[in-house]
Amino acid sequence: MQADQTEEITLHGIRGSQGICIGKAYLVDREGVDVVERYYIDKEDVKDELNRFKAGVNKAKNELAGIIQDIPEDLRQHAYILETHLLLHKDKMLYGKTIELIKNEQINGEWALKKASAEAKSIFKNISDPYLQARAADIEHVTDRILRHLMGAKDVDISGINKRVILVANNLSPAETSQIQLDRVMGFITDRGGETSHTSIIARTLEIPAVMGLERATALINSEDLIIVDGNEGIVIVNPEEETLVHYEELSRRYEAHKKDVVRKSGLPATSADGRRFHIMGNIELPEEVVAVKDHGGEGIGLFRTEFLYLSRNDFPEEQELFDQYLEVIELMAPQPVTIRTLDINGDKEIESTPSPDEANPALGLRAIRFCLKNPDIFKTQLRAILRAAAHGNVRILLPMISGAEEITKSIQLLDEASEELKAEGVEHRRDIELGIMIEIPSAAVMADMLADLVDFFSIGTNDLVQYTLAIDRGNRHVAHLYSPMHPAVIRLIRHVVDAGRHRGKKTYMCGEMAADPMHLPILMGLGIEELSMAPQSIPKIKNMIRKINTSDVEKLTAVILQQSSVEDIQQIITDAYGDLLHEDIYPQ
Amino acid sequence: MNQLKNNLTKEVTVTNKLGLHARPAAMIAKIAMQAESGVWLIKNGEQVDATSIIDILSLSGTRDSRIILKIQSPSDMEILEKITNLFDTGFEE
Repeated sequence: MQADQTEEITLHGIRGSQGICIGKAYLVDREGVDVVERYYIDKEDVKDELNRFKAGVNKAKNELAGIIQDIPEDLRQHAYILETHLLLHKDKMLYGKTIELIKNEQINGEWALKKASAEAKSIFKNISDPYLQARAADIEHVTDRILRHLMGAKDVDISGINKRVILVANNLSPAETSQIQLDRVMGFITDRGGETSHTSIIARTLEIPAVMGLERATALINSEDLIIVDGNEGIVIVNPEEETLVHYEELSRRYEAHKKDVVRKSGLPATSADGRRFHIMGNIELPEEVVAVKDHGGEGIGLFRTEFLYLSRNDFPEEQELFDQYLEVIELMAPQPVTIRTLDINGDKEIESTPSPDEANPALGLRAIRFCLKNPDIFKTQLRAILRAAAHGNVRILLPMISGAEEITKSIQLLDEASEELKAEGVEHRRDIELGIMIEIPSAAVMADMLADLVDFFSIGTNDLVQYTLAIDRGNRHVAHLYSPMHPAVIRLIRHVVDAGRHRGKKTYMCGEMAADPMHLPILMGLGIEELSMAPQSIPKIKNMIRKINTSDVEKLTAVILQQSSVEDIQQIITDAYGDLLHEDIYPQ
Repeated sequence: MNQLKNNLTKEVTVTNKLGLHARPAAMIAKIAMQAESGVWLIKNGEQVDATSIIDILSLSGTRDSRIILKIQSPSDMEILEKITNLFDTGFEE
């Protein structure tokens, strides 16, 4: 079905990434592939048809092999799914079956392939495992690629787009996304996918609007159509009328101006309306991300995850390699602090260097500090690298997954040993640096008053703290909706930690996702958490909101919130008090 | 006869966390394709072709599943060993 040229259509989808854009659509087409011609083949032509099919498969395979070849080195680890696609081209169930169908039913290659593909996909539909169910999409991607070559359909060469467009797709495959020249894309819209799909994540990183799960976008939109993408509301408007266009041009202008204003001011300090100074820092994983933190006005690194150097390799990194990486980050960020979290592996991130131990419940298993204390050699190598790097800038150490005092004293002992060794070897280092612990296990939160004597600061890791406190596995869709950082138990627990620290002169910071959500900000400010660390892109927004909030107001508000017993009531109180401010971020006046 | 049959099959356990997902299936299929004759995976009596990723995935071999590997010809012993080794090392995951 094609839209009438003059008719304005509004499509509702899922918000993938904030922002508004108006532009020409570029259909990443499966055009022609959806409509497969069907015809019968004469007996004497079957051989030719088979050859045509085989040639199509080979072309498709070669094309994909070329794409894999072109994937940059640093993204290679994601290429295995494409290698699987490569093998699928000649899979018995797809390739063999199609050949059989062409021979036995004397039907054309496209039709036979469609039939074989549908049959293969149906196998997965009946499997209860959601991972395996999703593999039907792999079969579809491969089928489409072969069909395109069989039908001589023009290849979707996203890499050749030469003007700024809005990409319209059914569902962008990892292969397609890896081809896109992202600076040519103003926005993304897709029929499928959601907030956590690959495309949404890319759009948010690029800070361009995206709307997902529109279902009929590719059916209704043609290339070159004028469309409006409103990622704030999850709306796409096709063929907008003059009036709509004017309205959205104004909205878009205001939003862009607001965003620019926020970014421009991101270099300024985050001081509340009544003059209290807050520090907003960035979370990073790779040394090069320091640049993004600085660009977005981050005042240091509140969380430097150190796992990446340990992943995708068969051995453990040498001290010198770790030192070089840490030094790079510290020197780039100096004189502002860099909080290095020691190794947190064998939980949701598995490490390949060690054979995965038999664990049914890895989130509650041998990971992070538990793993490190059990492998003191690995741990000490990292501690030595940190102490050496600390001689060149402002460094804090952060220990993950602490559940009690003993883990802290053991870690301090290892730090002392590392320092003694370095001293004996005459290696430049610094021992007197701040030591903190992650508060992410409820037992540590409850014991915060005792633990405060052993450390210099606390940093709240909200993702795990919420998950462990509420006993919710966020990966389990049956209970995921019950996960909420605004649960009164979580807020009380955080209050307890902040107070326990304050009584002993120790500060509490926050480095979890909760810190990046404007909705949570009034509570965090009200509790007196003065240092928040988050993904670099969120820094300007949070700084901007802090400047508009009065700490005495949020302190009163938080006192009321602490008397509530439900998530809904707490959300309502915040919306009543700060709804306008939260709304302004999306629709600036 | 029985002796021969035993030699041509081997029982293995899925030890990696994610089970027989796309990557392990591709690793198995790649090796099985080099065999001179048939290679199969059997789980709970259900037999699938080891050269087909789709077939392997359809077994739904989650962690701790027990799988019987079977080859048709003794000349493919090396293939049998290679695939056994993949299972034993948890597909290097």
